[in-house]
Amino acid sequence: MDFLRPASWEEALAAKAAHPTAVPIAGGTDVMVEINFDHRRPEYLLDLNRVGDLYEWEVGEDSVRLGASVPYTRIMENLRAELPGLAIASHTVASPQIRNRGGVGGNLGTASPAGDAHPALLAAGAEVEAVSVRGSRRIPIDDFYTGVKRNALAPDELIRSVHIKKAEGPQQFSKVGTRNAMVIAVCAFGLALHPETRTVRTGIGSAAPTPVRARAAEEFLNAALDEGGFWENGKIITPSVAKQFADLCAAACNPIDDVRGTANYRRHAVGVMARRTLTWTWESYRGARHASHPKGGAA
Amino acid sequence: MRVNFTVNGRPQEADDVWEGESLLYVLRERLGLPGSKNACEQGECGSCTVRLDGVPVCSCLVAAGQVEGREVVTVEGLAEYAKQRSRGGSAGTSLDEAQRWAAQGTDSRTGEGTGSSPRAALSSVQQAFIDAGAVQCGFCTPGLLVAADEMLEHNPDPTDADIREALSGNLCRCTGYEKIMDAVRLAAARQGEAV
Repeated sequence: MDFLRPASWEEALAAKAAHPTAVPIAGGTDVMVEINFDHRRPEYLLDLNRVGDLYEWEVGEDSVRLGASVPYTRIMENLRAELPGLAIASHTVASPQIRNRGGVGGNLGTASPAGDAHPALLAAGAEVEAVSVRGSRRIPIDDFYTGVKRNALAPDELIRSVHIKKAEGPQQFSKVGTRNAMVIAVCAFGLALHPETRTVRTGIGSAAPTPVRARAAEEFLNAALDEGGFWENGKIITPSVAKQFADLCAAACNPIDDVRGTANYRRHAVGVMARRTLTWTWESYRGARHASHPKGGAA
Repeated sequence: MRVNFTVNGRPQEADDVWEGESLLYVLRERLGLPGSKNACEQGECGSCTVRLDGVPVCSCLVAAGQVEGREVVTVEGLAEYAKQRSRGGSAGTSLDEAQRWAAQGTDSRTGEGTGSSPRAALSSVQQAFIDAGAVQCGFCTPGLLVAADEMLEHNPDPTDADIREALSGNLCRCTGYEKIMDAVRLAAARQGEAV
């Protein structure tokens, strides 16, 4: 095994081009487990800890450019307003020690269906900035996950950052596990309201071979909210609409039975989380709407 | 490969390090510092917790090569680290001192020293763990001490929820955590009195 220690982003790209089989290591919270248990003996380890660019983030007009190695702790502390769904999801990652090391780049690189960041990224809307010596491209998050622990990266590409849309409405994230810390999701659900486009987006974790959106559920809810004038009148979402949304989210799952839970349980739990996160975010939207349109106001 | 880094305030060099080796292995097997415990090797138990550039991490998940040029504090250097923090300065703990380090606190009933030789006093967190009876088999203790000390550094007056959160990555299979909670509350209270 060789340990490659590039001092800059350019050096890292050159190293990856020269050694496409090199395994990038940043927080090490996935890679080191595999090495410690002898599940993996990469020819090259490509250490990204010295590439400072990967630890920075920029808040832009419409999106946040989040460096691939920004630890979950930093996201929780600094980006709660811009990326509320991802901040909540970050807080459910493992433990303080792990959150101090791990970041979204690793979650994307590993592309486990159980990665906690995925549902939040899918719901918010995001693009993965993949870079190689050949150039840079942005992969829409919907096209990024290609199979169980597989992603759309080419062998010579590294993840530079992820561009995540800034929240324009309430977002939520929910995760099922046996306790509050150190839990791999049995299943997880992310939901984001996008009032400007009058749309809702979802993300489901650990309930299909890849993280997925519940597209039929989104389309149903978008139409129902539109028809009822809900975005304008801010009424409570009717229980029948919430139930239909939850059922469609459960139907979007393609889970397996495993040691953490059965397929049936996962489907059921995703439905419950879909209904709850919809209720939480919608109540928050109504509250914000009410606050900006006080009684007797022009609204 | 060779790895140069700072351990407990002193420069150290580890030789013949395998490229896939963890920081934990280097500390225990190459530098002779067995205070950081090796249990799960997958970041689940927190018993290998050390400070890396001030930040608590699981040393089993840090590749040895990643600590080149960086600063690590282990439980063996915790008392000195806490002392320097309150007084300023950075004398550190030599490898030899760290290797010979043993808990030499004051007896919780008599208040007298239990050690046969004069040593640096324990950090407030270490003494509080002894006084509160928060140590049973002791295997999880080093990780808990490092994690609890770091929390008290940033949050001198923690709520119970803060303590539970800060220690949520450290498993103890003996105590049921109540004595550990007592110990951290005690350390926080004593720290408050001292200010």
